[in-house]
Amino acid sequence: MGSIVRIYLDYNATAPVSAEVADAVSAALKDCPGNASSIHAFGQRAKAVVDDARSAVARLIGAEPSEIVFTSGGTEADNLALRGFAEAPRDGGKPALIVTAIEHEAVLNAARLLGRLGWPVTILPVSAEGAVSVDAVAAAIDRVPSRPAPLVSVMLANNEVGTLQPLAEIAALARERGAAVHTDAVQAVGRVPVDVGSLGVDMLTLAGHKFGAPKGVGALWVRRGLPLQAQSIGGKQERGRRAGTENTPALEGLRVAAERGWRGLQAEMPRQAALRDRLERGILERVAGTVVNGAGAPRVPNTTNISFEGVEGESIVIGLDLEGIAVSTGSACSSGTLEPSHVLKAMGLSPARVEGAVRFSLGPETTDAEIDRVIDVVPVLVARLRARGRSRG
Amino acid sequence: MADARMRVVVAMSGGVDSSVAAALLVEAGHDVVGVSMQLYDASAGDQKFGTCCTIDDLHDARRVAHGLGIPHYVVNLERRFQDVVVSNFVREYASGRTPIPCAHCNSELKFSTLVEQALGFAAACVATGHYARVTRDAAGLYHLWRGADDRKDQAYFLFALTQAQLARALFPVGALSKDEVRRLALERGMRVAEKPDSQEICFVPDGEYAAVVDRHLPGDRCGLVVDAQGRVLGRHDGVHHFTVGQRKGLRISAPEPLYVVRLDADRRLVQVGPKAALERRTLTAAGMNWVAGAPPAGDICAQVQIRSRHAAAEARVTPVGADRMAVEFDAPQSAVTPGQAAVVFQGDELLGGGWID
Repeated sequence: MGSIVRIYLDYNATAPVSAEVADAVSAALKDCPGNASSIHAFGQRAKAVVDDARSAVARLIGAEPSEIVFTSGGTEADNLALRGFAEAPRDGGKPALIVTAIEHEAVLNAARLLGRLGWPVTILPVSAEGAVSVDAVAAAIDRVPSRPAPLVSVMLANNEVGTLQPLAEIAALARERGAAVHTDAVQAVGRVPVDVGSLGVDMLTLAGHKFGAPKGVGALWVRRGLPLQAQSIGGKQERGRRAGTENTPALEGLRVAAERGWRGLQAEMPRQAALRDRLERGILERVAGTVVNGAGAPRVPNTTNISFEGVEGESIVIGLDLEGIAVSTGSACSSGTLEPSHVLKAMGLSPARVEGAVRFSLGPETTDAEIDRVIDVVPVLVARLRARGRSRG
Repeated sequence: MADARMRVVVAMSGGVDSSVAAALLVEAGHDVVGVSMQLYDASAGDQKFGTCCTIDDLHDARRVAHGLGIPHYVVNLERRFQDVVVSNFVREYASGRTPIPCAHCNSELKFSTLVEQALGFAAACVATGHYARVTRDAAGLYHLWRGADDRKDQAYFLFALTQAQLARALFPVGALSKDEVRRLALERGMRVAEKPDSQEICFVPDGEYAAVVDRHLPGDRCGLVVDAQGRVLGRHDGVHHFTVGQRKGLRISAPEPLYVVRLDADRRLVQVGPKAALERRTLTAAGMNWVAGAPPAGDICAQVQIRSRHAAAEARVTPVGADRMAVEFDAPQSAVTPGQAAVVFQGDELLGGGWID
């Protein structure tokens, strides 16, 4: 299996780190052994790494460094946003939480837990194209108590279909109604320009490993002055909002990835969009019974989600892997479970279309030749799978 | 069959037999793909399930595959398993019969659904860790034989395989003894070398099969325990709690030990009697599969096995059309149980089998 040339089209699950990032992490591991909270020279050196990473991440999303809370990744940041907001010290009761049905499990399950614990939780439906309706958000805010101020959490880009939500509009009307807004921007940061100022949100989640930093590091941006209850309790790190010794080597990697700005978004976005569009056209033209999910909404340039009629997505993923092509049926966090994609279900797609869905997600290493090969391999595989007339599992 | 170098899907349960099967195929130079079937949601609740297909077993299969340097996938066949295995199991028990889900799983899942998937992945064969052997004769006909280890032989559970299925089946450990398989696993440093054999039906936690029936098909099935003359001896909670030949759980005191002799689901009767009442000289079976593709031309002398731990007994077998057979044993057999398989052997060769009426 080592001999075949492998093509990686699962950047939404995670992205490989560049040699530059790997070198930076490795150097930090070797040369920066201190604890960033220590007084001595070792500590000061580690602290500088953390400070530099904070500045780089803040610049990437147009924020102030002091507003960045480093976490172990996107899931922890989402948990901190929802649970930290819910439990923040305030007068008078529990704030309402409003999330959408296509959020990542980190947001959805945190909201469901809070719902069981007594917070009023609303889960909003989405359109057949995977878009959240601005009016539905407004109506939901109007239905819940305005005191204490509710929190709305809407993802910026969906991980499975890549649809971009009208977040600036949602944030504007939420603000008019006194609600705070969190966005899980894990699949957007590093792929499309993200600026917290123009979005007008109050909290934003990002994960390093989706844009070239190592796994195990991410951040929650929290607008200055927004009260938040820490979820990891202990020392005073991250201004008391997240206890625990800073992961210096990973933060050094995060700094490099953030500064590199994902190899310059301006050139990369149209390049990936062109490759993605060619991949979609190639598959739709050569394979009958295919449809792109979420094509009617604005999308990030790197993602396409295609349903293949009469074939299970799972079989396509395995068959493509045996040909050296790595894709997925949906969220890697849900793979291996029995549940079909909650995102595609929320879009109201038929069970057959949900089961036949495959996600291709591109990245900066993706080449023209790779897309050519995928366009050649997919029709042959799908024809073979369909020929088996396989009983649905 | 094993041609020079081909892609083979190995059904990996996480046990020692299928792990060694995979290792032998890798060593023979084949392009081996490990597949574990997820057949039911073993993560629900904290029930203890049998030793097959649990999360731990999937983990073991993955670790073994990684050690062999082969890809490993978990395919979700839960719905198909529910449709063809569990629902049949429940229906059979509820109708007073004693089913063999493993036989259905082999012929309708492993060697049908999984084979279809494997062909889709450009694989030529599906291999399992069963103790059974397949050969192909000069005329191109496939023959199915007992495994070489008569204590571990599993041919009984494979009686429903057709010629087309046998053409795609590989049993790499079928010619080995269990001791040899464990030794091969140890020699290769496999983590599953010492893993105990699975004993129970995989989707039935703690052997509580009646609870599975109650969960899938709730309803009041209480009835009477009677003797051969119809005299009422006691009450029971449903015929699905019993199997022919069973002694335990009758809650009746009698001068001599009583056994379940017959189950009548329609009238909710459990008929009991002394051990001698269990003996039968004849049986009929339906849903026959003749491995050769057609029944023998006339009566044959053979050995017939009527449950997995029964020593096949000499009998005259009369094919009745393509789908049925009548069996007359030379000596009476105890506990001929409706729903179990009657499987016909001549020596070590499995000729066919069907479901006891």
